[in-house]
Order: sequence, then structure tokens, then C-alpha cells
Amino acid sequence: MKSLLILISIGLVFSTSLIAKTIHKERSIYRNVVITENKNIRCMKFETRRKKTSNQACINLDNKTELVFEYAHSVLTGLAYNPDPKRILIIGLGGGSLPNAFKELVPDAEVVSVEIDPAVAKLARQYFDYIETDKIKTKIMDGRVYVKRALKKQQYFDWIILDAFNGDYIPEHLLTMEFLSEVKQLLKPNGLLSANTFNASKLYDYESVTYQAVFNELRILKSPSKGNRIIFACNCDKIDQKLQWDGQLAARLAPYGTDLEMLVNRISAEVNWDTSVKPLTDQFSPANLLIQ
Amino acid sequence: MKKPTILTLAFCAGFSIMCFQLVGGRLLAPYFGSSVYVWGSIITVFMLALSMGYLLGGKFSLFRPNLKKYGFIFISSALTIIPTIFFSEQIMDWVFAMVEDPRYGSLFASSLLFFIPTVIMGMISPYSVRILTISRDSSGHTAGFLYFVSTLGSAIGTIMTSFYFVLWFEIDLIFWLTFGILFIGGLSSLIVNSLVPHETKEG
Repeated sequence: MKSLLILISIGLVFSTSLIAKTIHKERSIYRNVVITENKNIRCMKFETRRKKTSNQACINLDNKTELVFEYAHSVLTGLAYNPDPKRILIIGLGGGSLPNAFKELVPDAEVVSVEIDPAVAKLARQYFDYIETDKIKTKIMDGRVYVKRALKKQQYFDWIILDAFNGDYIPEHLLTMEFLSEVKQLLKPNGLLSANTFNASKLYDYESVTYQAVFNELRILKSPSKGNRIIFACNCDKIDQKLQWDGQLAARLAPYGTDLEMLVNRISAEVNWDTSVKPLTDQFSPANLLIQ
Repeated sequence: MKKPTILTLAFCAGFSIMCFQLVGGRLLAPYFGSSVYVWGSIITVFMLALSMGYLLGGKFSLFRPNLKKYGFIFISSALTIIPTIFFSEQIMDWVFAMVEDPRYGSLFASSLLFFIPTVIMGMISPYSVRILTISRDSSGHTAGFLYFVSTLGSAIGTIMTSFYFVLWFEIDLIFWLTFGILFIGGLSSLIVNSLVPHETKEG
């Protein structure tokens, strides 16, 4: 029932986004960012002349705790692998809804969000209640550069969340075996990776094979309605053994609109991609051409 | 014989410059990202190197220009690409450790990786003009036609690299392709020079 409500609310967000009114426009060195509002849903999107644009972040003004995006619920399912991460790295800040959720869910955790666009971080603070503390930190830089620097400084993480793919343009250097190896090295032993990735197009095979080449075992969580899929993988031998959840965790996640039981049951180990394709590397990474 | 050779080679040079520049961007991305400032660094270094190359190529054309020297410019530019292929990772590792700011990091790394080959590639245009120019009256026409050919080469090099080469080949192979075009171009200039020795002396 709850998931149905989520579906309906997400459906509403997307069907009404065309008539949402723009309340703010921010200049950026990348793409200008606009804030739109439609009734109680406020969203951030990149300015484009195309009609069909995807929102980068949304917040429900009537219930700011609830996570509007379906994929965000899938990401939170990662807490079933490790309910008590001490250090979390998020690549791609968006509106900051994930760090905001972690602030309450795992108050002791240090959460570092890496965002390339200062305009996005500014708007997250202004319009999405993203608040930084001594534990919630933002770094304005390229995700790959951050990972390389963190490796040099040996600042390891329990959980790394890759959320830098917005569907319009893929940062190709964040979708190669070399990058994922760096990410794996940056994970503590048994550390968890969650990546928000694509569900369609030719890239699906290439992307899956690339993750598989680095992490070996993958767990896939496809969103019930939208095109996202979350890849879970870990810096460990066998990922399934780490899955642990109970009613207590489900109750902690309920205020965010996350139906933990339903999502945990959707996690699959099935390899449903063409494993014969070549993994993407720094030498060969035409991700944006493959998605055509 | 001389004119079509020079025109073909000028086209190849234009093609190679853009090929080199675009894969250069791919090379830097793992260390410095692919932000607008990374491309800014690359384009700055290329423009600066080309401007130096034009200056040097013009000067060099004052001293008994011929197809042999012309061929050597191509071969030198090809050879200076080789260190970029073999040592780029070490060079970028070193710069990455030294410079925190990815803007200056990418600028410094691009200078080390791309400056010298590009200076030499830049020498080709003015040198081509000098060899092809017959009279003062037609020099503008000659130069204009050469720019047309070499810039057309650049356009085609750009589209081929960004639309197809990155999909077909690994980055190193595209570098070797650039090397091959310049090297074979240089050799053919030497061959043509030996076939028509008389013609070249007049230059």
C-alpha cells in the first residue's frame, strides 16, 4: 500500500513537472540550474530547452523527511548491509536529501558529499534544507579527483554511494574499471558500494560488465517503476552474508517513505546482461556514445 | 608532384592536431576530471604551442626551405608524441601529487604532455606556405588555400575522433594513429623530395 502511494506521488511529480513554475535560476559554470515548484513539490533541474528534463532533486514541502525519489529509497536499503556505517562518501550531492537522511538515521556517521558544481551545493542549502555540520561535509570537486586524493591520504569509507549519473550526460571517467578499482580501494574491508545506474540502452551491458570486472559479485535492485537500478557491491568475498535487517531498521526507515521489506525482496543476484561485451576502461570509455 | 604532396600533408597535420587534442582531454580526465577548466587548460596549451610553432616555422622557412626539412618537421612531431604515450601516467601522477588545484594541475600536465609536439605541428603551416608560394601576388591565395585544407583536416580529425575513434579504439591506439599519420607523412615528403630533387632546390 505504501509503495503504491510512493508510486502515485512519483507519478505526480513527473506528470506535473511540465507545468511546474520556476522560482529561481542559478548561473553555473556547467549548466544553469533552476528550481521549480509545483504545489508541494520543489525540484532542482538543469536548464535546457528540451521539454523532457529529469529532476536532479525534489523535496516534498509538506513532509520534508519523506524522500521523493524512488532510487533514494533503494540506496537506503544499503543500511541492511551495514546498519551502522561510520564514514559515508556520496559522489553527486543533488539536493542533499541523502546526507540529510543520514544525519538522522546514523547521527554518528561522518558524511562527505562530493559535488562538482558549486551552484548545486548552494541551491541545496538554500532550497532543500541541506545543512552542513562538523559531520556533514561538502567538497566541491570532481568525484574522481576526490577519490584519488582521499586514497593518497588513506581516508577510507564504510559506504560509498555513486550518484553522479543524471541521465543526460555521463561523466565517462566515473564509469571505468580504473575508477571503480580506486573506489574499491577506498572502501574499508567489507565496505559497501551503492551505485545509481541505468536500466536501459546498450550501456546497460557495458556498465554491468565493468562493475562485475572490479567487484565480481553484484546485487541489483531495480526500482519498481522508474528506470533506475542500484548496484550493490562490496569490498568483501561474499556480499549476501552481509545482508541483515529487521523490523527495527524497517521502522527507522518508514518515516522516509522507504518500504524496506519490499525493497530487500527485490534485490537480485541474477546476471541478466550480456557478459561478452568489453568492460569500460580509461582507455575505452565511450559511455555517452553507447547510450545513443 | 610537390603541390599535391604539401596539400595532402597540410591536411594530415590539421587532422592530427585535433586528434591529439581530443584524446589529450581523455587522457587528463582520470586525474583532473573533465570540467570546463580541464578543456580550458588543454586548449590554452594547444593555442600557445601553435602560436609558438607558427613563429618558429616562419623563421625556419627563411633558411633554404625544402621538402626534406619539411618531412623532418613531421617526423620530429611524430617522435615527440611517443613520450606522451609511454610516460603520461607517471607524469600525471607526479603533477597530481604536487599540485592540489585541478585547474593548475591540468594546465601544468597539459604543458608537459602536449606542448612540444604541438609546437612542432604548428611549424608546418607557415613552412607549407613558404614552399608553395611562387610569387608575392599569389601568396595570399596560396596561404588561404592552405588554411582551407589544413583547417578542413582539423574539422574532419575532430569529428572522426569524437564520434568514431573513441568508440572503435583505445586511447593509446589513437595516439599511435596520430603518430603514424605524421611519421608516414614525413617519410613521404622525404621520398617525394628524392624523386624530384631538382624542383626542391629552387625553393
